[in-house]
Order: sequence, then C-alpha cells, then structure tokens
Amino acid sequence: MKRRSLLAGTAAALVVAPAVGRAAEKTKIVWWHAMTAALGDEVNRIVDAFNQGQDAVELTAIYKGQYPDVLTANIAAFRAGQAPHLVQIFEVGTGSMLAAGKATKQVWELVKETGAEIDPKAYIPAVRGYYSLSDGRMASMPFNSSTAVMWYSKDAFRKAGLDPDKPPQTWPEVVAAAKAIKDKNAAPVPMTTSWPTWIQLEQYSALHNLPFASKDDGFEGLDAQLEINSRAHVKHIERLLDMAKEGTFKYAGRDNAPDQLLVSGDAGIHFNSSAARGNMVKSAKYDWGMAYLPYDPEIIKTPLNSIIGGASVWAMTAPGRTPAEYKAAATFLQFLGKPEIDAQWSQGTGYVPVTFAGFELSQKQGYYDKNPGADIAVKQLARGDVTANSKGLRLGRLPEIRNIIQEELEKALQGNQNAQQAMDSAVTRGNKVLRDFEKSAKA
Amino acid sequence: MERRTIFEGWVLPAALVLPQLLLTAFFFLWPAGEAIWSSLIRQDPFGLGSTFVGLENFTDLFADPLYVDSIVRTVVFCAAVSALSMGTALLLAVFADHHIAGRAIYRTLLIWPYAVAPAISAVLWLFILNPQVGLLGRWLNAHGLPWDYTINGGQAMLMVIVASAWKQVSYNFIFFLAGLQSIPRAVAEAARMDGAKGWHRFRTITFPLLAPTTFFLLVVNLVYAAFDTFGTIYALTRGGPGKDTETLVIKVYRDGVVNLDLGSSSAQSVVLMAGVIALTAIQFRFIGRRTNA
Amino acid sequence: MSTSSTPSLTLPRVAAEGIRARPDWLAHIVLALGVLLFALPVWLVVAGSTQESGAITRGELSLMPTLDLSAYPRVLTHGTMGTEPVWHMLLVSGGMALAIAGGKIVISVLSAYAVVFFRFPFRRTAFWLIFITLMLPVEVRIIPTYAVMSDFGLINSFTGLSVPLIASATATLLFRQVFVAIPDELVEAARMDGAGPLRFLRDILIPVSAANIAALFVILFVYGWNQYLWPLLVATDPGLDTIVIGIVKMIGVETQTDWSAVMATAVLALLPPVVVVVLMQRWFVAGLTEGEK
Repeated sequence: MKRRSLLAGTAAALVVAPAVGRAAEKTKIVWWHAMTAALGDEVNRIVDAFNQGQDAVELTAIYKGQYPDVLTANIAAFRAGQAPHLVQIFEVGTGSMLAAGKATKQVWELVKETGAEIDPKAYIPAVRGYYSLSDGRMASMPFNSSTAVMWYSKDAFRKAGLDPDKPPQTWPEVVAAAKAIKDKNAAPVPMTTSWPTWIQLEQYSALHNLPFASKDDGFEGLDAQLEINSRAHVKHIERLLDMAKEGTFKYAGRDNAPDQLLVSGDAGIHFNSSAARGNMVKSAKYDWGMAYLPYDPEIIKTPLNSIIGGASVWAMTAPGRTPAEYKAAATFLQFLGKPEIDAQWSQGTGYVPVTFAGFELSQKQGYYDKNPGADIAVKQLARGDVTANSKGLRLGRLPEIRNIIQEELEKALQGNQNAQQAMDSAVTRGNKVLRDFEKSAKA
Repeated sequence: MERRTIFEGWVLPAALVLPQLLLTAFFFLWPAGEAIWSSLIRQDPFGLGSTFVGLENFTDLFADPLYVDSIVRTVVFCAAVSALSMGTALLLAVFADHHIAGRAIYRTLLIWPYAVAPAISAVLWLFILNPQVGLLGRWLNAHGLPWDYTINGGQAMLMVIVASAWKQVSYNFIFFLAGLQSIPRAVAEAARMDGAKGWHRFRTITFPLLAPTTFFLLVVNLVYAAFDTFGTIYALTRGGPGKDTETLVIKVYRDGVVNLDLGSSSAQSVVLMAGVIALTAIQFRFIGRRTNA
Repeated sequence: MSTSSTPSLTLPRVAAEGIRARPDWLAHIVLALGVLLFALPVWLVVAGSTQESGAITRGELSLMPTLDLSAYPRVLTHGTMGTEPVWHMLLVSGGMALAIAGGKIVISVLSAYAVVFFRFPFRRTAFWLIFITLMLPVEVRIIPTYAVMSDFGLINSFTGLSVPLIASATATLLFRQVFVAIPDELVEAARMDGAGPLRFLRDILIPVSAANIAALFVILFVYGWNQYLWPLLVATDPGLDTIVIGIVKMIGVETQTDWSAVMATAVLALLPPVVVVVLMQRWFVAGLTEGEK
C-alpha cells in the first residue's frame, strides 16, 4: 500500500512538473473543512502525514466554520471564481452539491481524468452509497461518518433491575426497559433521543426496509415524494407520543440539542450518534454502553443496515484550475482512503472507518478488543445487503425537511395533533420543499 | 433634520459624505440590488443557471399561512425585546448617572457583558437555562416549577425574549448614560432648584432631553430584534417548539444558508427590509420630528 | 450626600444638594441587582476557566471558581487544538476592532456633520441611502460582498477583513441625533466668533459630543471584536484568525471540548474590551464638563 502511494506521488510529481514549468515547485492545494477541537487536531495530523509523505503536493487545511458556514463560504468563493480545491460538505448538503453540475468535479470524473486509484468497492456500501450516483459512480469522497446507535446507562439499568449486559434489542423491549427505569426512578430521564428526524424516522425507515421517500429515497429522480405517513411510521411516532405521555420518553430538543444529557448521564436510554464516543470516553462519569438500534420484529425479522451521518469531501472547479491541481486533489483523496489513514482517523475521533480495509486494520491492531462496543456502529452499517431503502437519502433541502418533521413532531408532543396528522402534515409541507428544489435544480 | 443655522456651500459637505457613500454603495447598495434581483429569479445556489420568475417568490411566501403567522410573531417579539431592553437599561442608567460611590465600577460591570463573545454566550445560556443541566432550569424543576422550553411554547417565547433583551441592555445602557451625561448640568440643576421631585423631574425634564437618544435606540433596537437575534434564538430553540419562536430572520437564515433556497430567502430579506424601513420611516415622521423640533 | 464631590464638576452644587430626591441606598440596590443579573455570564466564564473540562461537558459547571489557573498560560502561548496562540489572535482582533471602530467613527462624524449642518443637493437621499443599509441582513450581503472584495483582490488581507465593516448606518444615525440636538445658539455663537465649518467641527462639535463618541467607540470596538462570519469567509490564512474564530474552533462539535481552555480564552478575549470601557469612562466625565461650557 505504501509503495503504491509513493508511486502515485511520483506520478503526480511527473505530471505537475511540466504543467507548472518549475520542477522544484510543489502544487499547492487547499481543503476547507468544518472540524473543530480534537477533530481539527486529527485533520492536521492527516494533512501533515500527507505533506511529509510526498514531494509533489502541498495541502493546506483551513477551518471555515461549521457545516452551513463551509457550504456558504464555498458557494461565495465559487461564484467569485475562488473555490477551494477540496471542501468538506455535510451529508444533508449532498443533494445540493449533486445539483451543482460543473461547479464540482465528482470523484469518478477525477479518477477518469487523473488516473487516481480509488476503488469504490473498497468502501463500505452504506457509506459509499450515500455519496454515489444511482449507477454506483462515486460523486464525493466519504470522510467523517457515523451512524446512530442506542446508548444506555448501565448504572440506570442495574438500579431498574435490568441486565446491564443485555440491552434491549427490539422496540417492545425498549418500551419495557424505559418503564422499568421510570418505575424504579433509576434515571431522571428514562429515554430520550438526539436528532429526532435522523434517528426516529430516517434510520427507522432504513432498518425496517421502509421507503422514506418514493423513487428509491430520491436516488431515482428529483420528483420523489415523502412516504413517512405510512402506517408503520405513524405507529412508531404514536409509540413515542404514548411514552412521552407516560413520562418514559422525554423530548429534549431538535438536532443535537439533547446531547448534553448523554454525557451527564441523566438519561437511561439515549439514541444518538456513534461519534459521541470520543467525548464519552473522556468525560462521562458513569457506566455506559453502546448497543444496536432497536427494531420492530412485527415489521422485519432481521433489521437492515443503518444509514450514515457526517460529511464527505468534494472536489471543486474554478476558472484557470490546472490539470496538475486536479491531479493533486485526487492524490489527496486517494491518500484519505488508505487503510492506515482511515483506521487512524476513526480511532482518533470516534467516527467509523469508511473502508473495509480500514476496519480490518483496526481489528488487527486490537483497537476493538481494547474498546469494546466501538465496533457496533460499523457492524450495524455493514450488516446484510443494502437495499434501495437503506442506501441513504437523496433529497434536496433535507435540512428543511428534517426541520419540518421536528416542528410537526413538537406540535404533536404539545398535544395539538395526533401522530397521523403530524406525519400527514410533514409529508405535505416536505413535498412542497421538494418541488421547490426540483424547480430550482432545473432552472 | 432641519436646522435654522447652516453653513454655506456644497463642495465641502459632498466631500465629507463621500467616503461613507462609497462604502455604502459598494458594500450595501450593490448587495441590496443583488438581493432584490435574486428575489425575482429562481436559481441554483452556485449561480450556474437562473430563470426569471417575476413575483413568484413573493406570492409563494404570502400564500403560506405559516409565513403570515411568523410576521405577526416577529412584530410581537421585536416590540417586547425593544421595550424590555430599553426600559431596563434606562432604569439602570438613571441610577448609574447618580453621583454615588463606586459608580465607575457599576458602569464597567454593566457594560462588560456586552463583550462576551457570541459563540460563548450561546453555550452559557444552555448552562443556565437547560431544563436538565442548566443551573436555573434545574433549580426551577426541582422546586415544583415545571420548566421545559422544548415543548412549552409560551416558556420558549418568554425565554428568547428575555435572552435577546438581556443581550442588548448593555448597549442601551451605555447610550442612555452618555445621553444623560450630555444633558447640560445647568438644566438639571435648575430643575432641582425649582423643587421638581424625582419622578416628576425625570418625566418633564430628563426624559424629553433624552428624546434624541431614545429615538436612536428605538431604531437600533428594532433592527437588532429583527435581524441580530438570530444567534440567540437559534442556539436556544431553533425556532421551536413547532414554530412558536420562529421569527422572520430565523427563516431567512434557514432558507438562505442551510437550504440554499436563494430566491425565497432573498424575497424574505426584501420583505423584512421593507418592513423595517417602513417602521422606521413612520418613527421618523412622528417621533423623530417631535424630538428634532 | 457626601459622595458627590467628583473633582471634575465645576458648578457649585450646594443649592442642589439639599433637594436630592433619590436616596443612595436605592441606587446601590438597583445597580447591584443589575450587575448580578448582567454580569452572571462573565462570572460563569471566569469560574469555568478554572474547572475541569469534563465537569463542564457533563453540565456540572459550578458557580465557585477554583484556584487552578493553569489554562491561561497554556492558551496564551500555545493556543489549543490546532489554533494559533491566543496572544496572536488577540492582536489580530484588536487591530481589526480598532480599525473598524476608528474608521466608522471618522466617516460617520463627517457624513452626519455634512447632513445636519449643510444644505446640498440630494442631502436627504444621501442620508436615507446610508440609513437603509441598517436594514440588510448580513446573510444576504455575504455573497455579493465577497465578489466585490475578490474583484479588488482583497480576499485574505487585513484590508478585506476590516473595510467592508466600516460603513455604518448606526453611527451616522447616532451623530445625526446628537448634532440636531445641539442648540442653535451654540452654532450662532461660533459663527459670530468667525469659526469656519471645519473649526466649528473640531472645536465645538466634537468636544460637545465626546460622551457619545466614547459610548459609540466602546460599542463599535466590541462590534468589531465580535465579528465572526465575515472574517471567517474572507480570511483563509490562519495567521489572520481572530479570537472569536479561535473560540469557535475550540468548541467541539461531535467531539470533546477542552472547556477550561475555551473559557480561559473567552476571559482573555474579554480583557481588551474592558480596557476600552475603562479608558472611555474618563471621556464620559469629560463630555459632561464640556457640556457645561
């Protein structure tokens, strides 16, 4: 592997030299990202390793704010002809980036033009699928990826008389466990969820092979319609509403607002991103565990894979950008996919490895033996065969759709409507957003 | 803006306004023109293609009952924030204008909070108000006062109003204080010697003399409440529960920055801009004129 | 009434002393409550900077600070988690804030002076053009402003960082308000003395407005100090990172945060604004005595 990248580096240097005209000059490229704190440190580690490992390319990584800021900065810069070579875009921005046509150079195009060695098959299907066209060509490079898991407090389980080493696997078991926690007053909050839409609807759909939207969750066309007001979805939302009424489920806000409850240990069961692990290891002061997301056995006997969250790296175009620069960008994307980089990144951050080889390398290094539970996320992502319903979502303006769903859910929790009304209204409003996006993408 | 006494000539004043006008033209008027233009077209975010759609972005907006609701909500919110922050600031300024021991320390401590970096204050609000881990939130819940702004819309609105007003008090305080200090001492002394008492003196003498400052602050607070409360609301409630705390600027941000629906967000900005300009123009006519007489 | 003898006061106050309506203790109580309410976040930041990061992450931020000040030297010299050292970011922020505050005040005083004391063609238009720029949300301006700066080749430069933020409707409005309130007699008297327009500006107008200029300087300094989105977009050289960007970079999203370092940085970021406030205090008093002339 090492030799291959050395060769690639040399090849890049050969291509660069005539293009720039000065053999000693390195090709300088920039990568804008949204990684803060410890994640920013890990990004810098990767960049240093890349710059020191070859002589042809010098990459600078620049923090450009949180995900929406990076996207805005990228658009402003592109319109001014100053787009960065590479940019990290969150997964829900994928729809917009795919609609950006000539503004981006998709990974498959880069590979074709530069001959970079990036094999889609090396990537875990549930990760790769999210960032690929429906025919399997890769559009962007998977980077920081996580999935949702069930976190639980073993302390609370003990207090409630539950077996801390046998977390509930199905939703009926979860309901029973939350009730036990409440009855024994084993935790201030029996159950809560971060990212209500992502976890309780998007993940729930994937696991149970239910369509979130028509047209294969949007992969087959911009004219997709939401389908989350199906009987199965509504029943799940009804269950959450019933639990809220009984006091076994506590709604704690939108998106990542409930995160605080995870580290504090206030919640007995907390559905959240697997990426919280790094923080938990460092700061949590209670006995916690990670488990697979629960499923409803009456809908599916063996649940499918879960879907990802996180971000990927896109290559951007700009007027006057040389083949050497694209080549340099491709060289770095190829470097990102190396097993040792993938393994180092996932071990250092708590994100999942995105390649099979990266996962296996971590296994070989004994990382998962030393960190029991850390492999649950990747196992959950990689289990079974990916279907049209578990590949991920390909919907434009997904952040707004998530927001609409959260709004309708909150109205239901306030007692202003029932689950069916909430989901019907979410579908109607969400479809309007989708139609607007469809129109603007065709503009 | 009429004065009896003025200087002659137009070359000098033109030269004096020129720098400001140039900056305004480059960094405000041109972008504003772009905003108006993009409210009339439908385009993809990267500017690769666009279609002229006339007023469709506007008619879409007003056809949405939820948007009309959020106009009303924004007006209520702006009024409440302005009144609360200006009232509190005026009260504090009047007392800090007093010649009492330690007033320099009081002043510094009251102005200082304005400088807390917004990135930090969002986090601090959670440490204070979060129902489970916030200092105040936990205390309320522990004392039989159910506090949960993630579900209770009234509490959420109250919270974002107080938090937004809170942030602006230091700003208002410092200008009220400067205004009070600028009142010619002779006037204040004369009033005292006339025997005018506390509240009466304030109402009949001090407050009218503060009118230009008050008018300035009214405009600034209105603009603040309409545009600059985004960070506070977004950090605390993201506009929820439901749409209970969604003001117009939250929607502008979400549509423009997160969803990249540039046509609609430009149209919303134009509506917002027109609304605030209209409001301030009315203020200029009715209040501004009186204070400048 | 023992505490009122501020040395800078020149008027004999004997007569007024007897008719004090407000007792001191009331002022102390109101101000102390105000400080308690408004300085709480500052206190929380100070307390947080001395506590263990993990405790803060868990929401166990205590009101009681410890004696552990180790976070300060650490962030000052090295920064944390891939940021520049804090002292460097403080310098960038300080330079930017001074440039913005100074620039805004100069061009706003000039333009307000022109608008109030002169008659020239398109005077009202000029004022309104400047004024409506208040009403344009930043989010809408970002993309076109970026394009202008890019055309001028100012992306990634200190000029690009500060110049677009110098145009100021707020400051122009404030000075207009202050200037229209200046008694005509003062202007007449100056003209009798044979003062030309520029001498009038320098010798009368600016001294009379000192308190408001000081107040505005404080506010604008903090405004410049706390800018986030524009510096983030326009600067791509980490050497141009401001302290606010530094803080945002330190706050982990989906990862652990070194909270004591973040809080210590936030405290350090509070110091320059405090210095400005303290220095400007003298001008509040100066403005007061000048007003009595």
